[in-house]
Amino acid sequence: MSKTDVNLALSHLDELWFQVAGTRCNLTCHHCFISCSPHNNRFGFLSREKIQTHLHESIELGVKGYYFTGGEPFLHPEMTDILIDTLEFGPATVLTNATVFKDEWLTRLRQAQDQSRYSLEFRVSIDGFNSQTNDPIRGEGTFNRAMRGVARLVSHDFLPIITATRTWPDNQDQTMLNTFSDVLKKHGYDNPRIKLLPTLKIGAEENRTGGYSVHQRVTSEMLDDFDTSQLVCEHSRIVTDRGVHVCPILIESPDSILGNNLKTASNAVFSLSHGACYTCYQYGSICSNVSTSRTPKGSGI
Amino acid sequence: MTTRIALFGGIYNNYLALEAAISQASDIGVDTMYCLGDIGAFGPHPDRSFPLLIDNNIQCIQGNYDDSIGNELEDCQCGYTADRDNHFAQISYDYTLANTNDAYKMFLRTLPKELELEIEDQKILLCHGSPRRTNEFLWESTTPLHFIDMFLQRRNLDLIAGTHTGIKWHAQSKQGKFINVGVLGRPENDGSNHVWFTTLDITRSGILHEFHPVHYDYQRLGKEMQQEGIPHEFIETIHTGWWTTCLEILPQKERAAGCH
Repeated sequence: MSKTDVNLALSHLDELWFQVAGTRCNLTCHHCFISCSPHNNRFGFLSREKIQTHLHESIELGVKGYYFTGGEPFLHPEMTDILIDTLEFGPATVLTNATVFKDEWLTRLRQAQDQSRYSLEFRVSIDGFNSQTNDPIRGEGTFNRAMRGVARLVSHDFLPIITATRTWPDNQDQTMLNTFSDVLKKHGYDNPRIKLLPTLKIGAEENRTGGYSVHQRVTSEMLDDFDTSQLVCEHSRIVTDRGVHVCPILIESPDSILGNNLKTASNAVFSLSHGACYTCYQYGSICSNVSTSRTPKGSGI
Repeated sequence: MTTRIALFGGIYNNYLALEAAISQASDIGVDTMYCLGDIGAFGPHPDRSFPLLIDNNIQCIQGNYDDSIGNELEDCQCGYTADRDNHFAQISYDYTLANTNDAYKMFLRTLPKELELEIEDQKILLCHGSPRRTNEFLWESTTPLHFIDMFLQRRNLDLIAGTHTGIKWHAQSKQGKFINVGVLGRPENDGSNHVWFTTLDITRSGILHEFHPVHYDYQRLGKEMQQEGIPHEFIETIHTGWWTTCLEILPQKERAAGCH
């Protein structure tokens, strides 16, 4: 194996992420890659004003879409307003566990989306197709609460993307997708959208299953003929209350902070020296709503 | 002076719709016709579209499908993300690859990736997906106006026209216009049987676009698809106007507008 001195520059800031709720979450999932919980205050909430500043900054950079994550974003008291603000700039996606919604929020968001030219996407994390498989990972009662949240979204005409972290062998994906789909249909979601995610062996998940071995790293040889647009850091940056980081996965790593503003962070290169980079390499586009897939290049911008 | 051009999006082997669109564009009185790529896919008899394009002097650019068929690649590079969508895309691709003759593969190989036109002092870029990537999906609900402006500004353009998504739309941004010209290959997931092309009326003072519905013999197309053994899921789309495949790539708004 060659030395892990692989640096990657941003090609274009397609996805601008906000760690809007810091590391605060109402749940304590055993596989959470940044160990979010009700008591984890290592990262704080982002203010609506700070997000507005970055939204304005993003215009000049030609950002294509905005993503909000936590923790649980809807613990942020201004989350609804923040999403409504964002829909004036571009498409917004919010990653949620769907357990704390209020109908009033969803009604406002539905109205905001109707008035905007842009889509508002909800990505709902559910990690098993029943309480027996989901709750040991996400906490007691979370399956039923999340399903009620999905039903609420559907009743407001949203089509949430259900994301499930792959806690089963890869060869069982199709069976799991079919089962998830059947269960969601039974809960009133007729044409469910489902995205499977790999586990990231950092944070709480490192304690659950062990971390990455020293051999699980991206090497320069691995990038020969590899479409680097599959890597999150090639087209994304994330804002936290500490600054602008390389990607949503590595915010706890000191080397992930690339600057205080989008421009500086967009110009910085990043060393793919982390175990999580290896998972990103293996699976591709793990943080996007959809994969960018294999990409025949046009003539360039 | 006004120059009028016709822009055809993905044909997807739908030679019957192409024939109807050419006739319609000729009746409207266009100066030139262009095809923005993806000549193959989805429908029957791949070789029947090429003579129509060549005989009518339609200038084509290379879509991802054309790159794949022309170079006999393993798949269509459509950019789908779900296994089911890729499964159906592969059936369609294998059929089209097997039924496209070598001369037309050569034709596809030599097509340009984009065309930059200067008409009546207006600078227009014709591309397939986006100016930066042939198979990039630019949907109306996920393409910010400032993102369009970035392309217009960097390349000093007045208008960009693309296709690839299968659904027409347009946007006026600060710097200029983006037009997704729609496709001739299949209806656009709105419950109607017709397909679409676009005309641009170009003058020194600006560019006006118009979307034109194309009514064609879709029942004949469906019958020929059946005879060729093309999956019924595709034929259903031709008959109902609702997409049954390639759904997972759709953003919230576009997906919610369909029925599957």
